[in-house]
Amino acid sequence: MKIAGHPVPHESARGHVTGEALYTDDLAGRFPQLLHAWPVLAPHAHAMLTQLDASPALAEPGVHATLTVDDVPGENDSGANRRDEPLFPGETMYHHQPVAWVLAETLEAARRGAGRVHATYEVLPALLTIPDAAGAESLHAGPLRLHRGDPAAELRKSPYRLDGSFEIGGQEHFYLETMASIAWLDESGGVAVHSSTQHPSQTQEVVARVLGVPRHLVTVECLRMGGAFGGKEVQANPWAAIAALGAWKTRRPVRVRLPRVLDMALTGKRHPFLARYSAGFDEEGRLLALEATLYSDGGWSLDLSEPVMWRALFHLDNAYYVPAVDVSGFVCRTHKTSQTAFRGFGGPQGMLAIEDILDRIARRLSLPPEVVRERNFYREGQTTHYGQPVKDAGRISAIWQQLLQTSGFAGRRAAIAEFNAAHPHRKRGLAITPVKFGISFTAAFFNQAGALVLVYRDGSVQVNHGGTEMGQGLHTKIRQIAAESLGLPLDAVRIMPTRTDKVPNTSPSAASASTDMNGAAVADACDQLKARLAPVAGAMLGCPPDAVSFSGGTAHGRGNPVQSVGFAEVVEAAYRQRIALFAQGYYRTPGLHFNQKTGQGEPFHYFAFGAAVTEVEVDGFTGEHRVLRVDILQDVGDSVSPLIDRGQVEGGFVQGLGWLTLEELLWDAQGRVATAGASTYKLPSWCELPEVFNVDFLERATEPGVIFGSKAIGEPPLMLAISAREALRDAIGAFGPGGVVALDSPLTPERIYWAIEKGRGNLILQTTADSGVIRA
Amino acid sequence: MAFDFTLNGRKVHVAGVPPQTTLLDFIRGQGLTGAKEGCAEGECGACTVLLVKANGSGSAFVPVNSCLMFLPMAAGQEIYTVEALANGGRLAECQQAMVDQGGSQCGYCTPGFVVSMFAEQYRPERSGPCDVHALSGNLCRCTGYRPIADAAATLGAPAADRFTERMQRPAPSIGAVNHGGFLRPTTLAECFALLAAHPGARKVAGGTDVAVESNLRGRRFDALISLEALEELRVFRASANEIEIGAGLTLTEISARWTAAPAVWHEWLPLFASPLIRNRATLGGNLATASPIGDGPPLLLALDARVRIAGPQGERMLPLDQFFRGYRQTALQPGELLLSVIVPEPLPALARFYKAAKRRMDDISTVAACFAFDIDDRGVVRRARMAYGGVAAIPLRAVEAEETIVGARWNESAVHRAQDVMERTLRPISDHRGSAAYRLALAQNLLEKFWWEQQAEAAA
Repeated sequence: MKIAGHPVPHESARGHVTGEALYTDDLAGRFPQLLHAWPVLAPHAHAMLTQLDASPALAEPGVHATLTVDDVPGENDSGANRRDEPLFPGETMYHHQPVAWVLAETLEAARRGAGRVHATYEVLPALLTIPDAAGAESLHAGPLRLHRGDPAAELRKSPYRLDGSFEIGGQEHFYLETMASIAWLDESGGVAVHSSTQHPSQTQEVVARVLGVPRHLVTVECLRMGGAFGGKEVQANPWAAIAALGAWKTRRPVRVRLPRVLDMALTGKRHPFLARYSAGFDEEGRLLALEATLYSDGGWSLDLSEPVMWRALFHLDNAYYVPAVDVSGFVCRTHKTSQTAFRGFGGPQGMLAIEDILDRIARRLSLPPEVVRERNFYREGQTTHYGQPVKDAGRISAIWQQLLQTSGFAGRRAAIAEFNAAHPHRKRGLAITPVKFGISFTAAFFNQAGALVLVYRDGSVQVNHGGTEMGQGLHTKIRQIAAESLGLPLDAVRIMPTRTDKVPNTSPSAASASTDMNGAAVADACDQLKARLAPVAGAMLGCPPDAVSFSGGTAHGRGNPVQSVGFAEVVEAAYRQRIALFAQGYYRTPGLHFNQKTGQGEPFHYFAFGAAVTEVEVDGFTGEHRVLRVDILQDVGDSVSPLIDRGQVEGGFVQGLGWLTLEELLWDAQGRVATAGASTYKLPSWCELPEVFNVDFLERATEPGVIFGSKAIGEPPLMLAISAREALRDAIGAFGPGGVVALDSPLTPERIYWAIEKGRGNLILQTTADSGVIRA
Repeated sequence: MAFDFTLNGRKVHVAGVPPQTTLLDFIRGQGLTGAKEGCAEGECGACTVLLVKANGSGSAFVPVNSCLMFLPMAAGQEIYTVEALANGGRLAECQQAMVDQGGSQCGYCTPGFVVSMFAEQYRPERSGPCDVHALSGNLCRCTGYRPIADAAATLGAPAADRFTERMQRPAPSIGAVNHGGFLRPTTLAECFALLAAHPGARKVAGGTDVAVESNLRGRRFDALISLEALEELRVFRASANEIEIGAGLTLTEISARWTAAPAVWHEWLPLFASPLIRNRATLGGNLATASPIGDGPPLLLALDARVRIAGPQGERMLPLDQFFRGYRQTALQPGELLLSVIVPEPLPALARFYKAAKRRMDDISTVAACFAFDIDDRGVVRRARMAYGGVAAIPLRAVEAEETIVGARWNESAVHRAQDVMERTLRPISDHRGSAAYRLALAQNLLEKFWWEQQAEAAA
């Protein structure tokens, strides 16, 4: 039986359900003498720290030490892509930025101690919105630009032209496990760190930088994460650095764990965007030209905002061919948390813009939006606005047609029209939207992965690789890949926690590419081992090495399946013949290149495709809605792990639904996150689970050149939820006489309500928030 | 200054632990790290554990948020954590179902889901399939819930095992506690004495509000006086004239006792909060905390409830609409307790509860409304109650709007008259839950929705 392609439960499922699966902070009890850390928080969004005296904290019973800039032996900076993140700032750049830390025997004592620290500030003006920052030319980066043809000229020639702008809200990751690290001095003069991080190598780099030591003195381990979604790609680093610095100073283990309210106040989110666009199109709704400017709210530091903006620009086309394009992006610098990676990484914001445009075009022309969308699909042979051929472009239409059929789209359109005619205060809406998502890190050097596979003399195997497990099922897939490659049952293969002393210089687990890359590296190592074992087995079986195959825990000779020898026996024989039973695997994604200056290249290995149909019902009295039915068809290639992949599709969709309809990030006029807790920031719960939820995978979709013919699945499904936004727009439109429905995001009940009122021709009243800031 | 409780069948002795330590932190410190802290405010359920509570002559496993229990609240209780559910290497049925259905991804919320699902499977009065709303107090950020719902759907009645055996025996009763400023008296007289001796003390019942203040805002209390062991607060009496509901009963307990509860109660209950909260939160606490966006007040105001208040000098009765005096202020004098809530019979013939929030379930109201009407055979309104949360600093009845329609026919123009009054009289605020304009529109529209739904029902 094949192991890859079989639906197996998550590799840690038993540990999850029994509570035995350990996360970083679960280890706290294993460290005697552990110190707990609590930050001293700046009370202003922007201020100069004019005076800091941490010593009063030491008078608090239980307080052991304080950490300030004076304790940093190395560099006072945790920035990932630019040295712009002082760990101990002199100028505080967002509300609640930590300026010092207190270490104590208990968390309670640390907290009390932090309350005693004396700090004075000179308050400075703060920029809190994209319009404010853009107006003040407060930018981290930009313009980043992609272009093709002469859209200005094409716009002038276009029979129709559309100008618009809308705001796109951010999103809190709300990984259930908040940021956590424990650091201690190891037995040989080094620093060891347990960290909930997607990027252990970079956490190692930042810890070493802050301590001023070579990286070989720092070992970072990630057991597993209780969710990450991009939030721990670079932003796990400062907390690990504080824990390590504390351990370095006190020679005792130090724990840093952010409780939820601090995690939400201190860590970055999905970038809020402002999109401005002009589109030219013909009477059939075909796009002729697109000019767009995207502004993102990068927050106080650069972080990953530049590649996030690039990905937004790369995905402004989504699945549509636009002959003439000029799109630019600016990353605004505001006095807020530093916005960061979040599942989709700018792609969702870019796609939202083009889907907004297409819907408006359709309503302007009184054409069904699904017809206009389909007319604009990429066809085989066409290239993107950055010059990459759209490989397998035909799959966009194939998925579309199949999903229209299986979802009963046309029949439901008619039924909805009937329902809406009979219900003045409740309206249903239906929409189908596609996803085309580029797979690979757009920073080409990240597209490499390593693995270390160890075979023991009893035939059991340890697999180490550079990827981290955050719930996405990476370890499950890697285990299947290793077991399949070595012809072993799953339980012969153990996936080890990710450590920087097993595989060095790794890339973050991100960009949906972790299985593609780490899986290929593991398979490479396994293939080397098989090549070494085949002659040994061949000698035992009496056949040439190239006739040996490994499966079901045994080696057999071709054409002679009866005669076989156990894997452990082969391994023991190899050991006695002095053959190395471990191998390092390596993989680099072939053929990637992109020139930021020209905006041309092929940054992606391939595209992941999918489409979704969503039906919603809206209450006209309140603006509340329900998701009645969702149908998804996703291209996952040949799935390595169907249970995992289905979970990624469903979970990604619901997370996207949250971003677009429910989760509203708000700041107050002082720059405080006004929704910094689970009672004020609402994630999808049971009631957001679509009442009918059908998920299918595209068949006969082998992806050549990717591990076992599979395709990436982590991020693409999130953007399928755009179908829900468009379905809501459809329903909102049904309350009024028709025509364009302008919408900002997210579509909270209040936004929907005012959009309905506007459609009905009623007076528009003020909404709560203006560019995400509550104005009293 | 010390106490015991039973944790996974073993006695635990607690001494020298600060009283506002959460049960969650304590059990994690005992090495039972299956329960997790996801939010520390009872929203996510990752910290769910089981309390053994009385059920007739036997017991039931009641799931609660361990982050919202101060450790001394556990004194005398019997508690199980996720670690206790598997029997050696053999998983409990709900655990196996979660494995098989792919119900875990990152796994961090999973122990909480498993405990909630276990409690639902072993719920004594359960018949038919597992109610997935039993899991509505648990949040998952990874799966989108479908596989968890499928796992729950596979569960039938539990097989006889050590847990069903445990359910045959009575639950422990809880007694007095005096632990580092956490005081749990067992009689009203003791309670009044403690209140007099500790004038700054904070009263606490289920703790679902006070613990949030403690966990999130770091509020520390000189003294906490727990009302949980006061039998006087746990009455439930239904007579021909009224129903008396003890202020110390949890929402779950009220629901179990009020077998003749009106439809509006059942409409209200799931909107109030998740079972994890309802298993600890008391009606008295919901009123006494006097939040303008609490969901108890609109319902009880519309039902013309009264409150029974006791103090060292005796008892007094107050109509609920005189109980709320200002933002989070009540008519309770220092040293007084809310004993019970009295709902007069007959209940209004027509009553509906509406709650508008960003999320349909398990959210705090943007606006909540309860409408309770008596309409005679000719369609004339004889009694009208329109009670709201989220439209002012206190929960209130829109009395002037009520007056415009009493004695008139209940039709669209009556709705519009009441809406016009609201436009003039309601002064909601803008905050992260909604703008003032939206709140006013909701207050008006919910009445219209109420009217519209009646028309639709009448037509059907």
